Amino acid sequence: MNKDRRKFLKMATATVAAATILPSVSEASLEHCEEDFDNAFGVLVDTTVCIGCRNCELACDRQNELTDHPKSYFMDNTVFDSRRRPSVESYTVVNSSFDSSSTDNKSFGKIQCMHCNHPACVSACIVGALTKCKHGVVSYDAWKCIGCRYCMVACPFQIPAYEYKEALKPRVMKCTFCYDLIHNDKKPACVESCPVEALTFGKRGDLIKHAHVKIEAAPNNYYDHVFGENEIGGTSWMYLANKDFINYDLPKLEEEKIPSLTESIQHGIFKSFLPPLALYGFLGLVMHSIRQDKKKEEENDEQS
Amino acid sequence: MTNSHEVPTPINVKYFSKGAIVLSFLTLIGLCGYIYRLIVGLDASTNLNNQFPWGIWIAIDVASGVALAAGGFTTALLADVFHKDKYHSLTRPALLTAMLGYTFVVVGLLADLGRYYNVWHPMIPSMWQGNSVLFEVGLCVMIYLNVLYCEFLPILIEKFMGHVNLPGILSRYNSLVESLLRISNRTLYRVLSLFIIAGVVLSCLHQSSLGTLMVIAPYKMHPLWYTPILPLLFLLSAISVGFPMVIFESILSAWSFKLKPETKTLASIAKYTPFLLFCYLSIKLGDLAIRNAFGYLTEINIQSVAFVLEIGIGVILPMVLLFQKSKRHSIKYLFISACCIIFGILVNRINVFLIAYTPPFSNDFYFPSLIEVIVTVGLISGLILIYRFMVIHLPVISVQRVKFNIVTDTPKSKATIKG
Repeated sequence: MNKDRRKFLKMATATVAAATILPSVSEASLEHCEEDFDNAFGVLVDTTVCIGCRNCELACDRQNELTDHPKSYFMDNTVFDSRRRPSVESYTVVNSSFDSSSTDNKSFGKIQCMHCNHPACVSACIVGALTKCKHGVVSYDAWKCIGCRYCMVACPFQIPAYEYKEALKPRVMKCTFCYDLIHNDKKPACVESCPVEALTFGKRGDLIKHAHVKIEAAPNNYYDHVFGENEIGGTSWMYLANKDFINYDLPKLEEEKIPSLTESIQHGIFKSFLPPLALYGFLGLVMHSIRQDKKKEEENDEQS
Repeated sequence: MTNSHEVPTPINVKYFSKGAIVLSFLTLIGLCGYIYRLIVGLDASTNLNNQFPWGIWIAIDVASGVALAAGGFTTALLADVFHKDKYHSLTRPALLTAMLGYTFVVVGLLADLGRYYNVWHPMIPSMWQGNSVLFEVGLCVMIYLNVLYCEFLPILIEKFMGHVNLPGILSRYNSLVESLLRISNRTLYRVLSLFIIAGVVLSCLHQSSLGTLMVIAPYKMHPLWYTPILPLLFLLSAISVGFPMVIFESILSAWSFKLKPETKTLASIAKYTPFLLFCYLSIKLGDLAIRNAFGYLTEINIQSVAFVLEIGIGVILPMVLLFQKSKRHSIKYLFISACCIIFGILVNRINVFLIAYTPPFSNDFYFPSLIEVIVTVGLISGLILIYRFMVIHLPVISVQRVKFNIVTDTPKSKATIKG
């Protein structure tokens, strides 16, 4: 190794070192702007009140023009024998035994897109076909979609369904939060249809307060936890139940936002494009310096 | 640059050997399956469902395909960036594999995309989504594919420059094409190193980001594989499989074209592999220990068996073999080790994308359909066929001229040097 090469390698190392220190300074600016989730819309689902009438399923079906099923289809109680998931035919489904008290004290609850505050699907989407709007809605633009289904991989609630049967224009199907309705100061179709007020629509901040008031007023009726208040950074749809409901239809989740898992890695690698550029510069210097060495060696060989 | 006795040369053999005929048959079946999928859609052609949205087209065609094409950038790094000139004979076959590999990754991906005709969307700035890992992977793969095409151009130029002979009426453009080739040859010669380094950087980026993809599903991934250092493991395993893939191909080509295998060069390049595997293994096991996940190996289920298979046959066995100098100098053991490592990578990518993917609420499970299998097999067969076509017609494989004459004297050899 001659002097020139050592100098080059030193310079190269310095470049890499600079690149790794510099980005940490600008870290704060890359953090997501905190949004005002208290004023976004949300729904509180009180599973202790739900009677399993499936009116919400019917209303959702009609509002979103999903199927041609007759009304009687939604009055069939045998569906409770199995555990259903949302599908391309139903954005929401009601399952029985929503809480862990499975045999005695049967209870019901509906599941649908939770419209997370920090949605994993939105972070995953390659073209920004999924977006989080200011009303709290996670909405989908089929025109942009390329059909990679990474959103389905990312969703911790296993909600998005895919129109596999469509050969040409398959869509990702999930609850729209009746965006058109709530945009015009109306309630979502399912909330409107609920005969027992198991669903409460309102500002997310008010709903959280409301939920805790309910728990305090009847501590024997409720398990002391509002599901969705803090899970994965909070969700627009939240749940109350009479027992710990981390079992059947809702997964056990930490408070950490899911997008930060991947985005911290991504933004670490791509911070102002410095790490890739530093690697490029480093390799370029290595390549150049070794080449110079070889040339000199060859010249020396020729001379001797 | 090239050693004086080693010159990349087209190989003069009959194209349709027995193997090539079988592969053509498989490719044709795969093509039918591919067209069938485009016509009838994903439901009729695959076993994908709402709980298991990704199948073997992602795990094998895309994820494994990208990893197994890593020979391209690792060989370029060693031979071109670090100027280890003795490996120069391996760069062209590795480059060709990478170019074809990535091309077929894109072809395979198109089959899986629900709206394959929208595949260009991520290139439109208004649809850029910088938070998406998939966006980064997609963009890197696309740019890298073009870099690979540029790196491959000199081989085409070498073939045609000096004897451009267009048919019929086009022959009047002969001199024009000729001068175009000369200009691009001169330009490429100057900027080729820029492309080579870009290829290495882009590869490091998307090889690791392929691992980041599954970091977004912590509640669905089996703890044996879920770790925030998945990107590091993906990058290290891709680098580790680079040289074994080159060895694997080189031995297969030598066998198929009845050439003398470059035992010395292959044994030499194989000496890096056990150290890379050792790094990979220690980080992987260290990570398991830190996360307290070893306990999951005591449960006997598909996950634990798949994990032991991946590590035992795919990493430990070839590592032990290749640490021994005598085994490295035996073509048989070189080939066995390379096969083990390639198998290990394939199983690892299938494990991460399919076996580890265990969503809590699922009534169904995923097992590939017949169409998915024949399309995957067809794509691999098609890749080998095009590879064979290219090495027969283009200067890719280096034939040792001096030693080669000795080989041609043996009755077994059928190959002769073209031109």
